[in-house]
Amino acid sequence: MKRASARVSFDVIVIGASAGGVQALGQLLPRLPATFAPAMVIALHQPADASGVLAEMFDAKCALPVRLAEDKQPLVGGTVLFAPPGYHTLIEGDSAIALSLDPPEHFSRPSIDVLFESAAWGFRNRALGILLTGASADGAAGLLLIQQAGGAAWVQDPATAAADLMPRSALELGVSAQVLSLEEMSRRLAQMAARYSDLTLSGEIRNDKENN
Amino acid sequence: MAVFDIELRLLLEAIYLRYQHDFRSYTVSSLRRRLGRALVDLKVENLSRLQERVLREPAVLARLMQYLTVQVSDMFRDPSYFKALRETVIPVLKTYPSVKVWVAGCSAGEELWSLAILFEEEGLSDRTLFYATDINPEALRDAREGVFAVDRLAGFSKNYLASGGKGSLADYYHASYGGAHFARRLIERAVFADHSLATDNVFSEVHLVSCRNVLIYFNRDLQDRAIGLFAESLVRRGFLGLGSHESLRFSRHAGEFEPLVSSERIYQRR
Repeated sequence: MKRASARVSFDVIVIGASAGGVQALGQLLPRLPATFAPAMVIALHQPADASGVLAEMFDAKCALPVRLAEDKQPLVGGTVLFAPPGYHTLIEGDSAIALSLDPPEHFSRPSIDVLFESAAWGFRNRALGILLTGASADGAAGLLLIQQAGGAAWVQDPATAAADLMPRSALELGVSAQVLSLEEMSRRLAQMAARYSDLTLSGEIRNDKENN
Repeated sequence: MAVFDIELRLLLEAIYLRYQHDFRSYTVSSLRRRLGRALVDLKVENLSRLQERVLREPAVLARLMQYLTVQVSDMFRDPSYFKALRETVIPVLKTYPSVKVWVAGCSAGEELWSLAILFEEEGLSDRTLFYATDINPEALRDAREGVFAVDRLAGFSKNYLASGGKGSLADYYHASYGGAHFARRLIERAVFADHSLATDNVFSEVHLVSCRNVLIYFNRDLQDRAIGLFAESLVRRGFLGLGSHESLRFSRHAGEFEPLVSSERIYQRR
């Protein structure tokens, strides 16, 4: 039986998190295998004047290259991009990052809704949205859009979240997401490894990682 | 193609044909959100209806321009950028008998006024000509006025000091009814002009182009066009400053520049 939610791999994975997000990502990102196939874009609520050291910090701990997103940077499989603090981060079509300084949403820039909405438009059923811990309702509406466009939705089990408002808001909004612990998410993500053909596609950026 | 995206493309085509404002190469992901908000605020049902009104009512275009172009910035936004200009670019500019600076996409003028203060403090005001350009006439008017809301001054002042400001920001404005009025002398030698990076050409040779967080709203092709204009306009060894997360890395013109202060996205023309 084939349903949209039965997909086991995706072209893009967008992740949203707020309070407690750094710790939650700390359980997910370092466990991604070097052969991980999808491109990943993360919107984490941070103060606008926060520096971009988070990407560097994760880069040192991860098998995959982790970078701060730059405007018009091409999306590449097996690469993790963080939204820069103070900027909305969108995906233009299904190929590149587009930044924006439009007003904050839910008092947040980057806003998770903004990122998720753009992924829904650009990737339809090839997108997976993941909403983690947070004391904000940002991301719920965006996750619903991803699902309505045929994509898949995961939320962190509110019972396990440092702050449960964010995952709870998505469920209360009616997103029929899979409710998972971080361990279960991590296990499933690890299975999204690249086939050989995908590996050559993302070979350039992998070399980039090795050179650092 | 989704109906909304079809309507969006048709609306931009209509605006171009009717008013020659070319938004056809702006990033679609940002336009969707901005126009979605315009529909709500203007109480118009969908983009097709909006298109009909824009075609027949120039006043609707004027309102729409606020959604399509205007963005809020701060004076001395990213103080480290202005600090790098002060420490690295200004000393070179001081060696020229006269200096021309192009603030491309100046919006309501925060970047222009910041540069004007910086140049005054560095003793370059008397020999510097600023070109401040934008496609939005209301924004150009605001930029020329140089009046900013009083509640924004604390943030501006903090940025100014972090950027290496030599005095107090209060030296440059007087607060009165309606806001903080910045000193006219700062922009005595500024020219304000309607200029489009999408459709117009180079108008002068300049030594510094400052264009921060304008290109993020352009797609790759339009970015290439704009950066091509900057390259053509700049003197040899002239300077280009972009926003903190903008880059020439993905541009066709990357080879015409070399990074000068990489962390601040300040480049120098080869």
